[in-house]
Amino acid sequence: MMDFVVENLPRFLGGAWLTIQLAAISCGLGFLLAVPIALARLSRNEVLRGVATSYIFFFRGTPLLAQLFLIYYGSGQFRPALDAVGLWTFFRDPWFCAILSLTLNSAAYASEILRGAIQAIPKGEIEAAEALGLTRLLRLRLIVLPRALRIGWPAYSNEVVYQIQATSLVSIITVLEITGVARTVGSRDFTFFEAFGLAAVLYLILVYGFLYVSRRIEMRLNRHLGTSGPGLATGGLR
Amino acid sequence: MPDLDGFGWLLIDGLKLTLFVAIASMAGALVFGLLAAIGKLFAPRPARILIDTYTTFVRGVPELVLLLIIYYGVPTLVQNVSRDLGVPITLSINPFVAGIGTLTLIYAAFACEVYRAAYAAVPVGQREAAYALGLSRAVTFRKVELPQMMRYALPGLGNVWMVVVKATALISIIQLPELMRNADIAARSTRQPFTFFFAACLLYLAITAISMWGQGRLERWAARGTTESRA
Repeated sequence: MMDFVVENLPRFLGGAWLTIQLAAISCGLGFLLAVPIALARLSRNEVLRGVATSYIFFFRGTPLLAQLFLIYYGSGQFRPALDAVGLWTFFRDPWFCAILSLTLNSAAYASEILRGAIQAIPKGEIEAAEALGLTRLLRLRLIVLPRALRIGWPAYSNEVVYQIQATSLVSIITVLEITGVARTVGSRDFTFFEAFGLAAVLYLILVYGFLYVSRRIEMRLNRHLGTSGPGLATGGLR
Repeated sequence: MPDLDGFGWLLIDGLKLTLFVAIASMAGALVFGLLAAIGKLFAPRPARILIDTYTTFVRGVPELVLLLIIYYGVPTLVQNVSRDLGVPITLSINPFVAGIGTLTLIYAAFACEVYRAAYAAVPVGQREAAYALGLSRAVTFRKVELPQMMRYALPGLGNVWMVVVKATALISIIQLPELMRNADIAARSTRQPFTFFFAACLLYLAITAISMWGQGRLERWAARGTTESRA
């Protein structure tokens, strides 16, 4: 076991770095996408609300693996059309398809957390901002989003944990993150137990390491309250 | 359901297996999750530490990695160890058993946390009243706390069910002919991947939609005789 770790650790660390990149990029882009989706979901406009609701229903109601296959393999069915508009180079690339499906998936979950958090903001605070004459955009930037971030942070950090774990699926479309490296190394030497065991340990380090940092961020976000502050309880499952 | 070049029935067969695996894993998770929760609440300290380690490990590792450890890892470990000991054993695990086993193992940990939070939500006065009436600890749990716990646990358990349904897709990786695997076969045979993966998505959405409706009914049933608080 020790020999196995010493021999293969560099490759696994390379995989871990790719896992971190995939999770960070898809969470970042997913969050940017989640803001307009959450606002559309709360909008009075029925069309906007309908589009956002369907988007969320589709991406939360189907397995990520199906979404990944739909984008990576499914795009092949439209190759001529994608070729014509010059997008085929993107859809042919597993890394791009991985990022795209992880981002779209993350956006659906993040937007629901954001919506819940926005709805949990005390009404008076938003009315106060209106009374001060802040425009819609300023209200959003200065009051609503920072407030929602504080309320939704614990739930969102759970979401990030799932995103770190969800990246393991992209090993199936040949992206060599932690699980991808484990599959390659394991099948080469028939050392599956050692390979997947080491992968599990690396995920544990990433997940609980992130949760530790996230708690620190939570305390910082709520430092004006003198306690860790009220969070949106989720039960820890998406 | 359109015929889909004759592959529509393959998807329906896959859907049946998906539902079967999901129901079996959920049943396992409900039972073992409750046992783990009771252990965490009442068992002596060493057992509690053991259960804590299990939930911490399972919740921190991706489902796919756990599935691969159980399906590929455990048999190779047994074979390598037995070969070194001079009594070679050949072991392989049926994908069906590995799949249901893995999902049960994972989601029992999640169900355990749901039950625990639900237990904490039952007012302490209920327990005290039961003790005052002279009920034993075990009877109090079974007759007073457990039924009330279930009402609080339902939304969380409904959530677990939705995740279990989607997690069954992973078992396609170890060749179990459930919905995703059959969609993949149909996609390759017809060279229409988008059509078949999209059809599979619609079937998952159908399960989700029916489950959401069922969950609403179940929650209303469990809350009968109580008044809902309004925020």
